[in-house]
Amino acid sequence: MDSIMKDLNSPHSMGTTIIGVTYDGGVILGADSRTSTGLYVANRASDKITQLTDNVYLCRSGSAADSQLVSDYVRHFLHQHTIQLGQPATVKVAANLIRLLSYNNKNMLQAGLIVGGWDKYEGGKIYGVPLGGTIVEQPFAIGGSGSTYLYGFFDQEWKDGMTKDEAEKLVVKAVSLAIARDGASGGVVRTVIINSEGVTRNFYPGDKLPLWHEELPPQNSLLDILSSSSSPEPMVS
Amino acid sequence: MGVGFETVPFLTTFILLPKTSPLFPYSSGFFSQIFCESPTRLIDPQLVSSSLLPANLLILGVSYLKMPSETMDVPKTGFSFDLCRRNDMLAKKGLKSPSYLKTGTTIVGLIFENGVILGADTRATEGPIVADKNCEKIHYMAPNIYCCGAGTAADTEAVTDNISSQLKLHRYHTGRESRVVTALTLLKSHLFRYQGHVSAALVLGGVDVTGPHLHTIYPHGSTDTLPYATMGSGSLAAMAIFESEYREGLTRDEGVNLVTKAICSGIFNDLGSGSNVDVCVIEKGKKEYLRNHLTPNPRTYISSRGYTFSKKAEVLLTKITPLKELVEVVEVGGDAMEE
Repeated sequence: MDSIMKDLNSPHSMGTTIIGVTYDGGVILGADSRTSTGLYVANRASDKITQLTDNVYLCRSGSAADSQLVSDYVRHFLHQHTIQLGQPATVKVAANLIRLLSYNNKNMLQAGLIVGGWDKYEGGKIYGVPLGGTIVEQPFAIGGSGSTYLYGFFDQEWKDGMTKDEAEKLVVKAVSLAIARDGASGGVVRTVIINSEGVTRNFYPGDKLPLWHEELPPQNSLLDILSSSSSPEPMVS
Repeated sequence: MGVGFETVPFLTTFILLPKTSPLFPYSSGFFSQIFCESPTRLIDPQLVSSSLLPANLLILGVSYLKMPSETMDVPKTGFSFDLCRRNDMLAKKGLKSPSYLKTGTTIVGLIFENGVILGADTRATEGPIVADKNCEKIHYMAPNIYCCGAGTAADTEAVTDNISSQLKLHRYHTGRESRVVTALTLLKSHLFRYQGHVSAALVLGGVDVTGPHLHTIYPHGSTDTLPYATMGSGSLAAMAIFESEYREGLTRDEGVNLVTKAICSGIFNDLGSGSNVDVCVIEKGKKEYLRNHLTPNPRTYISSRGYTFSKKAEVLLTKITPLKELVEVVEVGGDAMEE
């Protein structure tokens, strides 16, 4: 009982796999949907891709509380900045605001973030802001506990100048591979595509993902048997 | 100079005299330090003045002596920390001090077709002891918003009361019904500011102009928005019920039954939860707080004789002194405020 109690009192963290990828014309952000407290899955359908502005989104990993609060603060600052500037904020500004909060509070925060968006000056851009508060502009970025299983995969599969569909397939494949191997990642795959036309959100339920080595095909829950009959039938040998 | 005077903290009052006062010629001398705690120094009412101040001000210092008592024990003012020494000594000997009251708890919430249903058990524990068999864990936040609390009982009470007051002030300020996301943001910022030390895990639910909402809030300040949620030590048992039987578009009765079933699962399978089931149904424009909706744990053995006290305690005299006397106020004439 005690170990379960300890788990339920653990800080809410997101094991996570988060990915941000640029393609020819925009960016695609992808994430899993598992939030855990210790060994218990607190939310199996969480949305880790949060909106900062109309054209900039943020993938969150690490402590759920820290990343939610950082994203709330930056959304507020970006809103003010947009009003003062008179035009949509650039991805670079958004990423730098994230970086300032992360770096200046590095001792107290535990949040690994990936900022991605599209603006008219630079097009689609991905910025990684990992734990210490560095800011790195990259053609693709991966983060979270599940990302360790994807470094080799991306080294091989990444190509410059992909189309939108190729890039989205890559992101979904990568997240599903990470979900297969990382215990702290799971649930569904959510993707957000940001380009000059706007923002598209997609949702891939867990049982529609491709199967990997030794994975069994999904089955309907055996609870259906129990609920269909009034009482469970006695075992017959 | 009496020996019988004990340590006397005393008051010094300073009176400012204008220049025209007849006492003015008495201003002289230096400002003397008259505070002391020594039992041997006797202080008579004295006149003390200061010449360090501008000439048009006379500071008249008068010190009052506490009445000496016959015996030597004039009690010291301030707090007495003698019992702290006793507690330390007992702790060293191995006595465990009572722990703070936690609500072991199973709390749940779900969204049904017309609104939100919240449910909670009613056991409050203090370590292994049940401190309260029928406590209320569904707290009022606003007429259209209620919040279930798990964790330290004091923390959940305090934080929900605090945010409920803030919401009321906000309602006066805006002239509108409170929204669930307002309560959510207030609670989450409060809890994040205290970095998890305010041990309150909450299930917040309500119906506002934008529709029904259900959120969970963790002690560190993170939140989740879900169609059905459970928190507390019994959350695993309750979530098992929800995961197998929840579907979208439940009717009110189905929803209440499901919530009751989930709480019962927590009550019977979790040691930290028990006693009765409280349910709260919130719909657009109305709410129903079903206190003790189900009482599956009645007291089984009740002595038919009732309680009797042994005859050894014989009543000799009964004297009842009320602590508050009802006093009659008579207006002598004129308005009391005119003074």
